[in-house]
Amino acid sequence: MTQKKLIIALAGNANVGKSVIFNYLTGLHQHIGNWPGKTVERAEGTLSFKGYTIDILDLPGIYSLSTYSLEELVSRKYIAVEKPDLVINVVDASVLERNLFFTLQLMELETPMIVALNQVDIAKRKGIEIDTEKLEQLLEVPVIPTVAIKGIGMSQLLERAIEIIEKGQTTRREVRYGEEVEERIAKITETLQNVQFYYPRRYVAIKLLEGDEEIAREIAKLAPPALNTAKELAGEIENLHGHACSTVITSERYEAAGSVARQAQKLVPPLKPTAQERLHNLTTHRIAGYLIMVSSLLLIFYAIFTFGNYTSDLLSNLLNRLEPLSTNMFGTGIVGSLVWGGVAEGLIAGVTVALPYIIPFYIVLYFLEDSGYLSRIAFLMDNAMHKIGLHGKAFIPMMLGYGCNVPACLGCRIMETKRERTLAAFVTTLVPCAARTVIILGLVGRFIGIQWALALYVFDLFVIFALGRLAFRVLPGEPSALIMEMADYRMPDLKTVLKETWFRLAEFIKIAFPLIIVGSLVLKAADVFGLLNPVANLLSPVTVVWLGLPVITGITLIFGVLRKELSLILLAALLAPVGLQALTPVQMVVFTLVAMFYIPCVATISALVRELGGKKALYITLFEIAFAIILGGVALRVLTLVT
Amino acid sequence: MSSKSIEDYLKAIYILSRNGESISTTEIAKHFNIAPASVTEMLKKLAEKGYVRYSPYRGAQLTRKGFRVAEKVTRKHRLLERFLHDVLRIREDKVHSEACKMEHALSDEAEESLCRFLKHPDRCPDDNKIIPACDLPFSTCEECIDLHKKDLEESGKREHIPISICQLKEGAHGRISFIRGGHNVLQRLCDMGLTPGTEVTVVKSAPFHGPTEILVRGSRLALGRGVTETIFVEAEKA
Repeated sequence: MTQKKLIIALAGNANVGKSVIFNYLTGLHQHIGNWPGKTVERAEGTLSFKGYTIDILDLPGIYSLSTYSLEELVSRKYIAVEKPDLVINVVDASVLERNLFFTLQLMELETPMIVALNQVDIAKRKGIEIDTEKLEQLLEVPVIPTVAIKGIGMSQLLERAIEIIEKGQTTRREVRYGEEVEERIAKITETLQNVQFYYPRRYVAIKLLEGDEEIAREIAKLAPPALNTAKELAGEIENLHGHACSTVITSERYEAAGSVARQAQKLVPPLKPTAQERLHNLTTHRIAGYLIMVSSLLLIFYAIFTFGNYTSDLLSNLLNRLEPLSTNMFGTGIVGSLVWGGVAEGLIAGVTVALPYIIPFYIVLYFLEDSGYLSRIAFLMDNAMHKIGLHGKAFIPMMLGYGCNVPACLGCRIMETKRERTLAAFVTTLVPCAARTVIILGLVGRFIGIQWALALYVFDLFVIFALGRLAFRVLPGEPSALIMEMADYRMPDLKTVLKETWFRLAEFIKIAFPLIIVGSLVLKAADVFGLLNPVANLLSPVTVVWLGLPVITGITLIFGVLRKELSLILLAALLAPVGLQALTPVQMVVFTLVAMFYIPCVATISALVRELGGKKALYITLFEIAFAIILGGVALRVLTLVT
Repeated sequence: MSSKSIEDYLKAIYILSRNGESISTTEIAKHFNIAPASVTEMLKKLAEKGYVRYSPYRGAQLTRKGFRVAEKVTRKHRLLERFLHDVLRIREDKVHSEACKMEHALSDEAEESLCRFLKHPDRCPDDNKIIPACDLPFSTCEECIDLHKKDLEESGKREHIPISICQLKEGAHGRISFIRGGHNVLQRLCDMGLTPGTEVTVVKSAPFHGPTEILVRGSRLALGRGVTETIFVEAEKA
């Protein structure tokens, strides 16, 4: 039996529970990738319903369909060009007016659509009652109340969706602007009569009046006279209102959204502030807020590292028992040592070092994000981040960096402009990740004292601040400011959190593992063929003369490119039988400093290449090598003087 | 009493008082480095003319009229500083005293042209203070650019000079009347519901000039300091 295929897109603001609906509908049949050529995420999934195979596409959470961000442009083009069979507009019932502003823009695209009125339970708690029928009447599209997190309304949503697709609805309702605007829209539409374009004519006319850059560019090719007419008419509107034309149109659209919202909702604000409200006030309080933030972050890091250490040991003991198996199969010759020492050990290291930290880190992170706490942290940290030319949101990838720099670099996507992504990614590569923590604690912390290890962390913060400020000065452009919604606190959906974790993890494995394995194979081969000592000798002017370290550190630092903590493990092995105590305390500090900063590890470099392009990744890498070498040498001289 | 010294006094009170609270005679005396007695004398005169409310114990507080004059002259002062610094390349530590002398002679017309010439700057160069909004009835700087070829006289003046959101106290309301900034930020703010004429409530600000939490159209937004300084409202009594 051949099934009929349908494509449905989910669209709506951020924080409305769109991804919860997406997960509920598609379950495990999902695919998450990027839009072709863009760093915008594209989530797709499939489900079967009433004899249909339905492809569901989860568009990014956006507030408008202008061209402010890449996400908005991608979403708009997708709806207009690929024409999905239906758009489900997910609307947050507790912030109806602003959500309807987006709904009205979707309608202007003349796409068939229905509205999922989500989080009606939260709205009710805030004292907002919505008359669904009235709303349906006013919008002239079906409205289905849902509570996605509990699965309420999901099957009705699909049923109404199929019904609309089968009947063939095209939305009739349009936003009527003021007479003076409508007149001019009509005039422009007329000049567009013979133009074939993927956006509807009325939409093009409105957008031309608003001065939309993308559409103006396209129309300049298709129908230049229309563009001139539009400019002239927009000027007339500006004269009439004394406001920019785009502001006039946006205001009127908001007016329309507000009028629908006012007619459909009844507000009975609760007498007492809700629990969410009180939690919000507490967590953004000028004193308590910071105390809560610091203590919860410390607790989280402590818990993750304790769990990570324990699991990591357990896993490596378990996996290393496989060595005899490999020896049996491949022998102890060149092939055998390449297979075990190269491929298998690379894989084991990846599994035992990265995963025990990254998995809990992701779970906690998405839990915090879905609950709404991350936006409060961004609120509290905005000012500090401004000092290095970033805004509060950049604190989130930085936190991630303490777990692993790879996801942290990928996480820099949340920044709005390219400049800020670059800056944030650079800063995150300076954050001591779990592997660097192994070195700091395992060398300095263990042999010199924990206070010295902590001092290194503080010093690291200082370096981040100083270099961040430097990069902020060097990179051209103005810092953009924080404009962020702080949605109400809510209970995160565990399934969504786990799924997010799973997809991020898969992405991490895809980026990092091949490199770790190939890298360790190459190094093992170099070892087997006796190339390591010559290289170490080649590096000795830097390692021995300038940094005052033993000659073998040259080898270990090369291995550290693969995975930072490897440089310490290897050093311990090479210094046997005395072990790490063979180093003087000054050497330990210098080695740790160099290992902390000298290069982002190979997986991080590849993440940088992906997010910023090869050139910037190269600059960052070269800069950090030079910086670490200079820093290490200076530290040696200063510390020798002091002690 | 010259208009120059009136302006200087009003400006001093405006700068010293952060949220429009009263400023003591001693503070003003310290600011000008003169005897408190002569300050008292002057404040009494200013009170007679309706620029300040003055009582010997609480000190002086600007009236609406006084606030307007103070804001206007502060605006001229800081625009001049920008001009001296950016265009004439005069050293940062010198622009203040220079601007102090010039501000009283600058006409309103020259002030508007200067603002447009400098592309609507946000802050002054030396201590990075915010430049108050102009008193023209525009809601964005783009309008000012578009319309300036035509007669500015025709468009009239605002009745009240709007103040920026970051000057509002916690819990205060205001109606947006003017947003300073380029097309992109403007569009973004409008998309988030901050269109001219919309009522906003300031909930609180994070310490050390951190972002401000506001309520608009039923949603809660965090706006960085840089943004709040560019959104001007007509304040309503809380």
